[in-house]
Amino acid sequence: MSIVTVQLGQCGNQIGFEVFDALFSDSHCTQGLCSKRENEAYRSSCKERFFNEEENGVPIARAVLVDMEPKVINQTLSKAVQSSRWKYGQRSCFCQKQGSGNNWAYGYSVHGPRHEESVMNLIQKEVEKCDSLGGFFIIMSMAGGTGSGLGTFITQNLQDQYSSSLKMNHIIWPYGTGEVIVQNYNSILTLSHLYRSSDALLVHENDAVHKICAKLMNIKQISFNNINQVIAHQLGSVFQPTYSEEGSFHYRRNPLGIDWQVQPPLSRLPTLGKRSLSEQLRFNTSIANLVVLRGKDVHSADVAGFKDPALYTSWLGPDNAFNVWTTQRAFSKYEKSAALVSNSQFLVKPLDMIVSKAWNMFASKAYIHQYTKFGIEEEDFLDSFTLLEQVVASYCNL
Amino acid sequence: MTQSVVVQVGQCGNQIGCCFWDLALREHAAVNQKGIYDEAISSFFRNVDTRVVGDGGSISKGKICSLKARAVLIDMEEGVVNEILQGPLRDVFDSKQLITDISGSGNNWAVGHKVFGHLYQEQILEKLRKSAEHCDCLQCFFVIHSMGGGTGSGLGTFLLKVLEDEFPEVYRFVTSIYPSGEDDVITSPYNSILAMKELNEHADCVLPVDNQSLFDIISKIDLMVNSGKLGTTVKPKSLVTSSAGAFKKRQEKPFDAMNNIVANLLLNLTSSARFEGSLNMDLNEISMNLVPFPQLHYLVSSLTPLYTLADVNIPPRRLDQMFSDAFSKDHQLIQADPKHSLYLACALMVRGNVQISDLRRNIERLKPSLQFVSWNQEGWKTSLCSVPPVGHCHSLLALANNTCVKPTFMDLRERFTRLYKKKAHLHHYLQIEGMEESCFSEALSSLSALIQEYSQLDATKSMPVEDLPRLSVAV
Repeated sequence: MSIVTVQLGQCGNQIGFEVFDALFSDSHCTQGLCSKRENEAYRSSCKERFFNEEENGVPIARAVLVDMEPKVINQTLSKAVQSSRWKYGQRSCFCQKQGSGNNWAYGYSVHGPRHEESVMNLIQKEVEKCDSLGGFFIIMSMAGGTGSGLGTFITQNLQDQYSSSLKMNHIIWPYGTGEVIVQNYNSILTLSHLYRSSDALLVHENDAVHKICAKLMNIKQISFNNINQVIAHQLGSVFQPTYSEEGSFHYRRNPLGIDWQVQPPLSRLPTLGKRSLSEQLRFNTSIANLVVLRGKDVHSADVAGFKDPALYTSWLGPDNAFNVWTTQRAFSKYEKSAALVSNSQFLVKPLDMIVSKAWNMFASKAYIHQYTKFGIEEEDFLDSFTLLEQVVASYCNL
Repeated sequence: MTQSVVVQVGQCGNQIGCCFWDLALREHAAVNQKGIYDEAISSFFRNVDTRVVGDGGSISKGKICSLKARAVLIDMEEGVVNEILQGPLRDVFDSKQLITDISGSGNNWAVGHKVFGHLYQEQILEKLRKSAEHCDCLQCFFVIHSMGGGTGSGLGTFLLKVLEDEFPEVYRFVTSIYPSGEDDVITSPYNSILAMKELNEHADCVLPVDNQSLFDIISKIDLMVNSGKLGTTVKPKSLVTSSAGAFKKRQEKPFDAMNNIVANLLLNLTSSARFEGSLNMDLNEISMNLVPFPQLHYLVSSLTPLYTLADVNIPPRRLDQMFSDAFSKDHQLIQADPKHSLYLACALMVRGNVQISDLRRNIERLKPSLQFVSWNQEGWKTSLCSVPPVGHCHSLLALANNTCVKPTFMDLRERFTRLYKKKAHLHHYLQIEGMEESCFSEALSSLSALIQEYSQLDATKSMPVEDLPRLSVAV
């Protein structure tokens, strides 16, 4: 099963490069801690998913690079070429000159329709090169203009054109203390629209990753390279091949999975009175968890802790809500590694924070003229707020 | 990559412009070692094969043949422009990019705006269109002028309306030199207020600068350079005021040091759009992030460091000092104290070897001492450009949309009122066709309305920040 990656904007392209690099490095790692045959199966599965092969054997990433200004894409392409181990397709990029100016409305309403055909064509070409399409992995940030606005537009198009394929959006949650002043507006517009067209939103918060670099890795002067490499490492450890039901040597599971999104049964949601957010979230309830284990002793690992019913909701018990994927092949020279992907209440606080700040700003009407200039009206903002309040409430009520 | 066109108007505008082109060439020469005409250079320069007669000489790629500035030079007297054309920068300008006259505007806004505006409208349009045609993707016009005189003030602001009508999608960033208190032009308050109205209505973004602040910065640097303290030798090229290593090698003129500061401002403003970095900031992002309401588009700027000491190792404390300095009132390019006023938004544009953690650490450190408006408590826009300016390892340009511009405007209004009450010199203006007393009263009320907006925001300063009640939704 192959995955087509769409990298959008500065953030999307910078991270995308690190992801492919991490995937490639890992798959060509010699210390896999497993048999040669196992390693071969792993490597070819990874290759099928993420890379195409050129005539001279150089792997080409299954990716479409999109940005509204050329500097970052040029850098990304040349970094790949310099590494001389893998590269991007020569004609896989779409670039414009002027950027989106951190304006979601510009990315969505102007760049979107204007470049819809070109971008979708590029994606189509990439899809045609796949024997079997597993789905789309769309990397974007929420705070800027291209990743957020154009990314949302493209996702909606993918929903229309490839409705039966999975779409997973990889969203970068900006630092709480501004990278972009209008980041909260851009974020709520992105999230509310994606909720209607994406199948899964995989989130990385800059603040959280920054803390990892600072506290766990003890990096003194943290650069975006460090941050992106951590993110790529985490993604790699989830997306690299794992055994399918048939067991060893059979790496056929779709890395995007099918049990990422769960619909709660409408009739059985318990009604709760009005409690403050912090009260409700003292305990992090999960809807579903996925643990990915790689390396030595993977079969004897004890995951009972994850099966505790107390972690889950009343309407979806651990038998359905908890999954483990394993492979004996070690990831990136780590003898043992584990990754956890969780659909739980952990994002409620950050989401609530963003909605709150955006709401405060919206009440003063600051910056709204920059959006209405390009067709995003106050109504659209209100719709977004309403939808996100519902999301927050639903998660709180788990 | 986009291009920008610089329109320099009047004596002040052209002198600053001249320094700007000088420093721009120096910067690109330092970065572009191979002499290839790349996208970064193309943002401000055209590559022209001078052997080709007429218009066909533009070369878009390959080796640099001859660089021409994307500029339009306008002055109603010939002295300054002629000097530029005879100086070492003469090859950078095309004779077709100039508009000059002989008589000057006599420090009279009305002459600049109404008389010369009318007279030269067609020519101006033609030159602007030409310069736009040479651009692949024109993003921004940078207008440089002074407020206190006649040409820069009057014709410069007349231009803005032309730009808005003819190129509505292109940004108009205006660098305006405001008159200081002891300005020797008596009618400068009139000229400034009349110009302000145009800036209010037709500029996307204004970067006010005043001579007194520039002068203070220079005094500070002189003190540092001449203090002769042990171990504090200043790296020669690093003075923000110097053109050392630039093309103008003759004796620097009195205003050169001050003009170089403004030129550096423009270079740093556009650095992240021209050069690569881990967090880019394009020119359209400046307006998007720093202008919350269309009328409040005046940005206070500060540049640090002013010089680099010759020490090779810059410990982190120096880096942090750079951030602290950016917020001190000594480094602002207008007489203003942002720390004690209210921030509506703030942008930090960092160049050089500075990483995101350095940026965040300093924001966390400085935040508590700054007051932000209630609806923009974390109103920071940041950018990281990898290429430092010539002579420095890193630099910072802080752009603040802050109510501290209010005193400058109020001061101006007071000087205006003092003259206007006595009707002093008014006849010079009223005798120009198209000028009436209503022009003055409208300009005054436009300014008063602006001051009122800032006052209203100031009033919210000490109020506690409350979260507004949110939407309640049915689940």
